[in-house]
Amino acid sequence: MAEGMTWTVEDGDRLTQAEIYGDVLSQLGEKYPDIVAMTADLAKSTKIGRFEQKFPDRFINVGIAENSMFGIAAGLALAGLRPVVSTFAVFTSLRSAEQVRTDICYQNLNVKIIATHAGISFGQAGSTHHCTEDIAVMRSFANMTVIVPADGIETGNAVVASMEWPGPVYIRIGRGFEPPAYKDKDYGFEIGKAVKMRDGKDLTIIACGVGVLQAMRAADVLEKQGLSARVINMHTVKPIDRDIIMEAVKDTRRIITVEEHNIMGGLGSAVAEVIIESGKACAFKKLGIPDIYAIVGYPEDLYHYYKIDADGIVEAATELMGKEIEEDEDWEDET
Amino acid sequence: MPLNEEEIKELHKKAREIRKGIVEITFTAGGGHIGGSLSQTDVLVALYYKYLNIDPKRPDWEDRDRMILSKGHGGLGWAVILGDKGYFDREQLKDFNKTGSPFGMHLDRLKVPGCDASTGSLGHGLAIGIGLAIGAKKMGKSWRTYVMMGDGELCEGSVWEASIIAAHHNLDNLTALVDRNKLMIDGPTEDITTLEPIDDKFKVFGWDTIRIDGHDFAQIGNAIEKAQATKGKPTVIICDTIKGKGVDFMENEFRWHYGGVDSDLRDKALESIDRYYSKILV
Repeated sequence: MAEGMTWTVEDGDRLTQAEIYGDVLSQLGEKYPDIVAMTADLAKSTKIGRFEQKFPDRFINVGIAENSMFGIAAGLALAGLRPVVSTFAVFTSLRSAEQVRTDICYQNLNVKIIATHAGISFGQAGSTHHCTEDIAVMRSFANMTVIVPADGIETGNAVVASMEWPGPVYIRIGRGFEPPAYKDKDYGFEIGKAVKMRDGKDLTIIACGVGVLQAMRAADVLEKQGLSARVINMHTVKPIDRDIIMEAVKDTRRIITVEEHNIMGGLGSAVAEVIIESGKACAFKKLGIPDIYAIVGYPEDLYHYYKIDADGIVEAATELMGKEIEEDEDWEDET
Repeated sequence: MPLNEEEIKELHKKAREIRKGIVEITFTAGGGHIGGSLSQTDVLVALYYKYLNIDPKRPDWEDRDRMILSKGHGGLGWAVILGDKGYFDREQLKDFNKTGSPFGMHLDRLKVPGCDASTGSLGHGLAIGIGLAIGAKKMGKSWRTYVMMGDGELCEGSVWEASIIAAHHNLDNLTALVDRNKLMIDGPTEDITTLEPIDDKFKVFGWDTIRIDGHDFAQIGNAIEKAQATKGKPTVIICDTIKGKGVDFMENEFRWHYGGVDSDLRDKALESIDRYYSKILV
């Protein structure tokens, strides 16, 4: 943890992910004099403007020109500075995909990207502003690390940790206030190491982002129904924590993934890749946006509509428990 | 200070050597972007053998001038110059394009010493150069950034998006160069999408503009020196060039954007280069 940080766990109860990010980055500006913050006319929306208030000389607003922004970020990194870039997830991962891939990732540059308004968190804005593709896009870029924090507290931890993590990092957060999944900020956040939020033996729910709190709420409901659900917060989708996935397969044999993303290519796909390659038997269900452009609406309504809230997870868990799987008595022999 | 006659003569001799190297590597590589490599050569020779503040023994020297070849397909011609400058053993260029070689058509910064940015996808280099130029100012450094673009590349909207930003930030430590050879892969630029008047376009976007004959070292030198002296705005030097310059049967032929030469054509090309320089270096 960086010294001199003043943000606290209470911030998670009153601030959005983006607000905590803006505050944490402003505090990191003291420790890292080489940080240059950048945005494309979204200083207020992404909260990176809080860094500008403190360090106006180390802030660049390029106007509505995302492609140039990511190219310039690459140049700043080549010059030896530490660019931190924020715009909406949809512009980062789709409009500027090539600049992020070719200018930043191919050159393996020290550029940290905090993309806001991801998933359907800007639900009312429609699909031009939704982003249900970015995890798939970003994890396919070699050298890129992909982090989806569960809440504001974890966003702060991820931003701090990213400063000492080599190469490009993509941190994906939402738009509005998300209730915290954590009660304590010192739970030992480590990039690439998932967090077991709750143990269980009947099934495992692997979630990222807002799905984590929903999974914990679902686990409470399932417990009353007599089902013991493990909940894993896979905050780092790449590099993914293979060990915790295989431990869950071995212990529970039933896995549900939950993400605010298309079911194609995101967390669910990343988890499925690990399981399939292991050859171990596992009943499996991906929850997410079912390969369509989401309807317009308030995020919490949409989470319910697309069954990635607690109700949807409970429903999926009940179905999954009814699936038959063929497992070997000897885990080591099972392939 | 304007280049004197002796300097100009020496630069021509060096350009002759580089052009011959380009033909040789095009032969050994089984093909290459020879047309654009030949058109850019004189401007790059002026930069590398006269104006760039660089030290090939220290490719990562913090205070070096930066050179970005935004027309990344000119990588073959650029690599011949970098090899000649001693950034690496030029014998390595015999493996250009070969499997596992550090040298592909578009140079990779992480594999080729002296290459300050990996390029190849057009319309990317100017923004990277702007980042380097803003970075230099923020860090209080006096090194300069040069970005050479192709003319066909100017079709890319990202060039104009970036050029607005460069002017806004008054980047007088940034010099853009356009290798205006007037041909892209499918034909003459003005037949496909009109680019002219290029200088006026940059001018209204807030740049200082200079238009020169990109094969005339006196003009190239004056333009670079003027750009270095200009304060408060970035400079673009539009260099009118000839695609395939120096090899008569390739000159102004868009089919030589990319091509291969067998040993006969290679010899003809080398002879043509000698004929070209026999008129210049009397």
